[in-house]
Amino acid sequence: MAPPPETTAVVFDAALPWQRARAVALRPEPFGALVYSFATRKLSFLKSKQLVTVVQTLADHPSATAAIEASGVPETQRAAYVKALADLARSHMIEERTSVPPTTRELAAGPCAEAGNP
Amino acid sequence: MPETPQTEAPVLEAPAVEEPLVEESLVEEVSIDGMCGVY
Amino acid sequence: MTAVLPGRPVGGRLVDQFEYGLDAPICLTWELTYACNLACVHCLSSSGRRDPRELSTAEAERVIDELQRMQVFYVNVGGGEPTVRPDFWHLLDYAVGHDVGVKFSTNGIKLSKARAAQLARTDYVDVQISLDGATAEVNDRVRGAGSFATATRALENLAEAGMRDMKVSVVVTRENAGQLDAFKALTDSYGAQLRLTRLRPSGRGADVWGSLHPTQAQQRNLYQWLLAHGENVLTGDSFFHLSAFGEALPGLNLCGAGRVVCLIDPVGDVYACPFAIHENFLAGNVRHEGGFQKVWQESELFADLRSPQTGGACTKCAHFDACRGGCMAAKFFTGLPLDGPDPECVQGYGETALAARDGGRAAPKSSLDHSHTGPVRGQPTLLGLPAMPPAKICEESPLVGLDGCTT
Repeated sequence: MAPPPETTAVVFDAALPWQRARAVALRPEPFGALVYSFATRKLSFLKSKQLVTVVQTLADHPSATAAIEASGVPETQRAAYVKALADLARSHMIEERTSVPPTTRELAAGPCAEAGNP
Repeated sequence: MPETPQTEAPVLEAPAVEEPLVEESLVEEVSIDGMCGVY
Repeated sequence: MTAVLPGRPVGGRLVDQFEYGLDAPICLTWELTYACNLACVHCLSSSGRRDPRELSTAEAERVIDELQRMQVFYVNVGGGEPTVRPDFWHLLDYAVGHDVGVKFSTNGIKLSKARAAQLARTDYVDVQISLDGATAEVNDRVRGAGSFATATRALENLAEAGMRDMKVSVVVTRENAGQLDAFKALTDSYGAQLRLTRLRPSGRGADVWGSLHPTQAQQRNLYQWLLAHGENVLTGDSFFHLSAFGEALPGLNLCGAGRVVCLIDPVGDVYACPFAIHENFLAGNVRHEGGFQKVWQESELFADLRSPQTGGACTKCAHFDACRGGCMAAKFFTGLPLDGPDPECVQGYGETALAARDGGRAAPKSSLDHSHTGPVRGQPTLLGLPAMPPAKICEESPLVGLDGCTT
């Protein structure tokens, strides 16, 4: 099925460093989390707490693979987590990190709900 | 509001977006416009 | 935090999680004031006159603080006309500054060039202009003389200021159901996005619903139009009852009241949804101890709504999976039972049910009515009231100049 016009084709490479996209807010829920992009108005539902941890810690690791491993995902499930991250990349919920892990995030005018940050 | 239990009826899936929904998927996508009850 | 009840499924679909409750609404509507410069015939909140018990600026800020703590992504602000509150622009800034995105619904009365420029440079704020006709002739009958001009002037100002993707929200009625292409052309011309939404028999809508709601033929046409042209048209999932025609429309296709959405009204009352402003759907008040969070997470009404709903007679219908029995508010305010068909059921069961209603029993009406009590400048002509010239952009009160007015 062809991707809708607003998403440019994103090839997900788990060996690269990733981070939650800047226009995205994440809210933990009992079942996992809800993730909302102010840019695309898309809402994603993360179905496992472990996946939530992976997404929240992406920026702290040199690769997505490392983040998955560090979250304690069993080897048999790692492919499913890579696929989940690929889905999130395709919908622009996560983006490639092109520099060292940022200490302050560059936001468009006005603050963004960065839930989960202290 | 009546609360009698109902027999399990197959509920409509959220329609497919970029990808067909896969049972094992850890991510489900919905549009924020897809919730009834807001202006 | 909402308790993790025994039996909450792991994984599965999002909709399955709703019955166990979400920690916070996904969206909610917040009516800031019942005051309004207009007197639209179908107003779902029966607005017009300010309620003296409205939340103060400080109380509104506390609500925003709570929404921030609950990590609500964004709030739909409306009314009445929210921009007639003197503290509206302050509250807008306050919300954005506290991580709560805002979409506000307006008739455009205060959207001058300066305000439009300000909005164009503010992120995390969406503007939604209400319009119910693609021409002044159709629109003003329902919204009042001059209201089309006010709305389009606001759209012009926003477009000129560089704003894109503001929304134009249209309530589909018998009178405008033939203007769908014209609406799309109008919104395209301003770089705005069209939103079509369902007329509910709520508020003043109850008084005109019989003559204003679309016919079955118009509903079918709307459904087909949405399938064919609706890719960039928003609907707020308000036409999920039409999914019984066949292919489902995009969206969750179910009632979100008390599960994913709710309403905070101008005096802090929390209702299941903005189309259900009635004591039966009142869950609590934000002024009470525990604030909004306690109401959302612990009210009996919401726990009730989150438990599996019985579809009653509808479960036997082959289309129940698609329409889920339709809109709770539409059934309630037309006097139909909640476990029966929607009054606009596309299979016609609603019409049968309406005809079978006990003739002597009036449909429920909320005790809340903030409608203007006297004549209003620029009032709608649908009900045969005389037309009067509209108020100017700077005049807040629609009653200005009426005493001894000669024009």
